[in-house]
Amino acid sequence: MIKVEGLTKRYARTVAVDNISFEVEKGQIVGFLGPNGAGKTTTMRVLTCFLPPTAGTATVAGYDVQTHPIEVKRRIGYLPESPPLYPEMEVDEYLEFTGKLKGISSADIKKRVDEVVGRCAIGDVRKKLIGKLSKGYRQRVGLAQAIIHNPDVLILDEPTSGLDPKQIIEIRELLKSLAGNHTIILSTHILSEVEHSCERVIIISAGKLVAIDSVANLTNRLRGSESVALEVEATAGTPDPTDVQQRLEKVAGVSRVVMKDSRSGRLTFEVESLQGRQIRPELARSVVTAGWNLSELRPVGLSLEEVFLQLTAAETKGGAPAESEAAKQ
Amino acid sequence: MRLVFLICKKEFKGYFVSPIAYLLMALFGLIFGFALFTATRDVVRMGFQAQMMGQAQPVNLNDMIIRPLLGFASTISLFLIPMITMRLIAEEKKTGTIELLLTSPVRDIQIILGKWTAAMLLYLCILGMSVIDIAMLFAWGKPDWKPVVVAYLGLILQGGCLLAIGEFISTLTKNQIIAGGVTFFVCLLLWVLSWSTAFDSGATSQVINYVSIVTHFENFSKGILDFKDLVFYLSMIFFSLFITSRSMESLRWRS
Repeated sequence: MIKVEGLTKRYARTVAVDNISFEVEKGQIVGFLGPNGAGKTTTMRVLTCFLPPTAGTATVAGYDVQTHPIEVKRRIGYLPESPPLYPEMEVDEYLEFTGKLKGISSADIKKRVDEVVGRCAIGDVRKKLIGKLSKGYRQRVGLAQAIIHNPDVLILDEPTSGLDPKQIIEIRELLKSLAGNHTIILSTHILSEVEHSCERVIIISAGKLVAIDSVANLTNRLRGSESVALEVEATAGTPDPTDVQQRLEKVAGVSRVVMKDSRSGRLTFEVESLQGRQIRPELARSVVTAGWNLSELRPVGLSLEEVFLQLTAAETKGGAPAESEAAKQ
Repeated sequence: MRLVFLICKKEFKGYFVSPIAYLLMALFGLIFGFALFTATRDVVRMGFQAQMMGQAQPVNLNDMIIRPLLGFASTISLFLIPMITMRLIAEEKKTGTIELLLTSPVRDIQIILGKWTAAMLLYLCILGMSVIDIAMLFAWGKPDWKPVVVAYLGLILQGGCLLAIGEFISTLTKNQIIAGGVTFFVCLLLWVLSWSTAFDSGATSQVINYVSIVTHFENFSKGILDFKDLVFYLSMIFFSLFITSRSMESLRWRS
């Protein structure tokens, strides 16, 4: 549905997007991930024909963004980072305007507006001025504008920014209901967002493509060894933390033991195994035979957050912006 | 065409949602009305004086009232036009709604024409205020209607030019104040240019004279419909709208 080849966008002095290629199949939801300033918005703007690429090509539904912009724009619904709203218009009026702008005939417009108003749950503000709406409602009106002409491709630049958790879940549900018929690209730096709603992830950093894969594959790829969180009860200073640590290190297959916490009568460790070894049964036995109380033992997966940090940090050498962005979550 | 109309409608409505349309119409109506009042008062006074001296002549309303009045209207419009055009594109750039327009299946020229037509319609509404005053002259006097129509045509064409220039300037910035200020400056310059050539007949001053949008209005205000002036105005409108579309296109490259 979307095909990007060797896309490069250069501004006066900076290279915003550097030789990116990827493809998106019809009906997929793809998360576009990257620290601030990585080139997410620029790539989206090229796809929506807002900016021309400096080099490379991008096609949407078989139409090139440079040679057939009108055809591309007809098939795209776009929600920019800040929703493009006219504060002096009423919600209904605005949706009618944008709908007609995107080629819906006067005969169908009322029906379409009713439908997107229902889908985006903005029925109770239909007659209000957009300027008087709260951020969450504005975001949803912006989304309604993007889907009003039932586009094949939806491009959403940070669709959930500024929404409260309940609204985020609603938007997520909405996106899921749209997938299948629509191809969706959404950019975000909220990682849980991607884990919840996307099938595939495209990670870019400093204008370069870092990874493109499914969420499950990405996390697996970077997780070579098993990592286990282990918690032992301690009363009145027994057992001694170093004792426990030493005993754990002696278990076969353990490569590393890190003490995380020793407060409030609990000793928490993170134990990493050697490549491909199952260590949980051994660990449990070892703790119990020593006469200590094992209160928790669970595998720790590598979250997408860590994957993201590893990938982008490698690119940016230190990855200060990536870290600060992820730290917010 | 449908899209031009759609954008025009949205834009025209936008003028009337904010106080700007009412403000401009009221200001113009007031100033024009006052000008009409002073002009007729002077004419009537002169008429009385002539009568007392025993050399009564019929008052020519066209030459003595309508022509200077519509000339005055053309000058006022120089001040009003920046206020009409400054928001056209600059505001969309500021609020980011330009992104909506440029990513919708609409051609740049449709956006530009739609907005220009809306500005034109507002300008016509403003001029419409003066029709009330002129209509009074027709009610109580017998002016010739043909030169009046030509003069109005001149006003409309001159307005069309300046609005197109204003729209072009509005594409250059996202700051409305700057767009308005620069347009105002350009309008003033075009006005002042016509002064500089009043007592000169060299080649340069003839060129300046030709370029000055205001001088072309002179003929119209006299009731002379000259093909040369018509061509000038129409080509100026076309040219300004053309460079506006170029400038819109360059927005994509520059941003």
